[in-house]
Amino acid sequence: MSEKKTLIEVQDLKEYFNINTGMFRSKPLKAVDGVSFSIKKGETLGLVGESGCGKTTVGRTLLHLYKPTGGEIRYDGKLIKSRSDIKEFRKKATMVFQDPYSSLNPRMTVADIIGEPLDVHKLVKGKKERQERILELMDYVGLNSEHAARYAHEFSGGQRQRIGIARSLAVNPDFIVCDEPVSALDVSIQAQVINMFDELQDKLGLTYLFIAHDLLVVRHISDRIAVMYLGRMVELADANEIYDHPLHPYSKSLLSAVPVPDPKVARANKRIVLKGDIPSPLNAPSGCPFRTRCQYACDKCAEAMPAFEEVETGHFVACHRIKEIN
Amino acid sequence: MALLEVKHLQTSFFTDAGEVKAVNDVSFTLDRGKVLGIVGESGSGKSVTAYSIMQILAGTGKIVGGSVKLDGQELVGAGEKVMKNVRGNKISIIFQDPMTSLNPTYTIGKQLMEAIMLHTDRNKQQAKERAIEMLRLVNINEPEKRMKQYPFEHSGGMRQRVMIAMALACEPDILIADEPTTALDVTIQAQILELMGSLQKELGMAIIMITHDLGVVAQMCDEVVVMYAGSICEQGTADEIFYHPAHEYTKGLMRSIPTADTAGKKLQPITGTPIDLLNMPKGCPFAPRCDNAMKICISHRAEREIINEDHAAACWMNVKNRLDRGEIELAEGGEQDE
Repeated sequence: MSEKKTLIEVQDLKEYFNINTGMFRSKPLKAVDGVSFSIKKGETLGLVGESGCGKTTVGRTLLHLYKPTGGEIRYDGKLIKSRSDIKEFRKKATMVFQDPYSSLNPRMTVADIIGEPLDVHKLVKGKKERQERILELMDYVGLNSEHAARYAHEFSGGQRQRIGIARSLAVNPDFIVCDEPVSALDVSIQAQVINMFDELQDKLGLTYLFIAHDLLVVRHISDRIAVMYLGRMVELADANEIYDHPLHPYSKSLLSAVPVPDPKVARANKRIVLKGDIPSPLNAPSGCPFRTRCQYACDKCAEAMPAFEEVETGHFVACHRIKEIN
Repeated sequence: MALLEVKHLQTSFFTDAGEVKAVNDVSFTLDRGKVLGIVGESGSGKSVTAYSIMQILAGTGKIVGGSVKLDGQELVGAGEKVMKNVRGNKISIIFQDPMTSLNPTYTIGKQLMEAIMLHTDRNKQQAKERAIEMLRLVNINEPEKRMKQYPFEHSGGMRQRVMIAMALACEPDILIADEPTTALDVTIQAQILELMGSLQKELGMAIIMITHDLGVVAQMCDEVVVMYAGSICEQGTADEIFYHPAHEYTKGLMRSIPTADTAGKKLQPITGTPIDLLNMPKGCPFAPRCDNAMKICISHRAEREIINEDHAAACWMNVKNRLDRGEIELAEGGEQDE
């Protein structure tokens, strides 16, 4: 994979939301606080973490759906900054949303939903070409051409997600941010949609940022996986490496907490059960964000934020005590 | 005698579009101190089964047949007075969404004490002591302080703990947990599952765990019931169901979960979409999605067949396999279906 070129490069990305805490007071909520990573062409980067860790915000800020508070986003080596950059960028980078029920306009037919990006970016000339392109896209995602004139509510969750994917493919993108695309679906349907993501990647050479909280799904689909906690990236490595040898104490407990669908393994499994809840990002702990729940936390962890360093080739971790605990 | 015995339970919803048979001939037993998992996809009837046992069905829903016996006592048709005594005292339920199942306008303490005072003859002071004791039992720090707080001041995991505390306050024989961890994060899910497991051992209650997550089932359950479109496809011990699934639907489910071995490979999904309960086919409800469906699957529903003492399934494939092995024979002149 090393010979492939980098498609997306994110440097020290920050996204703060201002939260009103009083009449004239506000406080920044640091949803994403200094995240850096890169994605190679044709690669799938999985992004995992619990609710409130900032994984969705990373995806949205990456596409400039939120204006970044700080940091740089490069696509194909080019810095995305001005409005015209963003408009061009959005022809190359699209998004698939979590909820197939609320992300499709109920007043539009399937053809109009899928055709809308074509109209916005003026990618087709004339009605005939538009119709052909729509049918081609529907074919990609396994929808019948007779579905084109129907409305979204006539479809099941899995089929709606296919409509959403067809829409995101309309502009012929290179890069898709998939934000929990299968978590609203039943297990049997989930597998169909995951396979479709795989097939589309092979066929169209797509690059994915795959955001999910289901760790079994992420392991299946990703080449590399990044783990986030409270707005920061704590670990990043190859998918198998991170599952077989997680180094950060948070990744370890997160992975051990996944219920394995195998009774004998589940009974023998030693879970590292974390104490307490994720702190509010409004009152994030000083130093390492995980220290309040970490069994290895020491004084140093409260004082300084650990750097995100490469400890083995391609394996990045942010932990002060990484050498002592592994 | 089994603690809970559900026999041929049938529950329907009478909607404008017609009768929806949400639970269709469901039978199982639950022994004291055991954990039974009911798994299935949305619309499979797993929650409605639980609501039927508790008789807390929504307006248009009605139990139309079968029996539910608790400790030998028939509950179907027993009347509201009996059920009031059963709910909370004998059987408690916790719901999926800890955000909406607590009243946002009352403190945690008030809600807990209300439940305790309604079901026992404790006075206010005793109820308060019991409530604090219960919060401590579910590992909530500083329970005295928490009693005075409102639900919004608690996180999702804490609220689910409060719900568990409330459900267990009257020491029920059975706890029904309807997707108790689905709305929670993985690490919080691990906390809640561990708590439920240890409380189950400590208090010796039985649990009915309703979930779509086979991982949760593998971790928690002794026995498993697999449901599809309102009927039971397969039931047995967890080991039997996971290691020797005997219904095509269960096999399909097991194959479609991503595991360590599937990375980089194609998953094997179940094709098609879930069935419309208003348009149920004559034969096996899974037949339209089943890769191995035979003629008989489309025309006739398979009977529940005992595979061994720990395992039963309703799938024609088992009959076919037995035919192939020569364990059973067709009658003279009988016509083989495929």
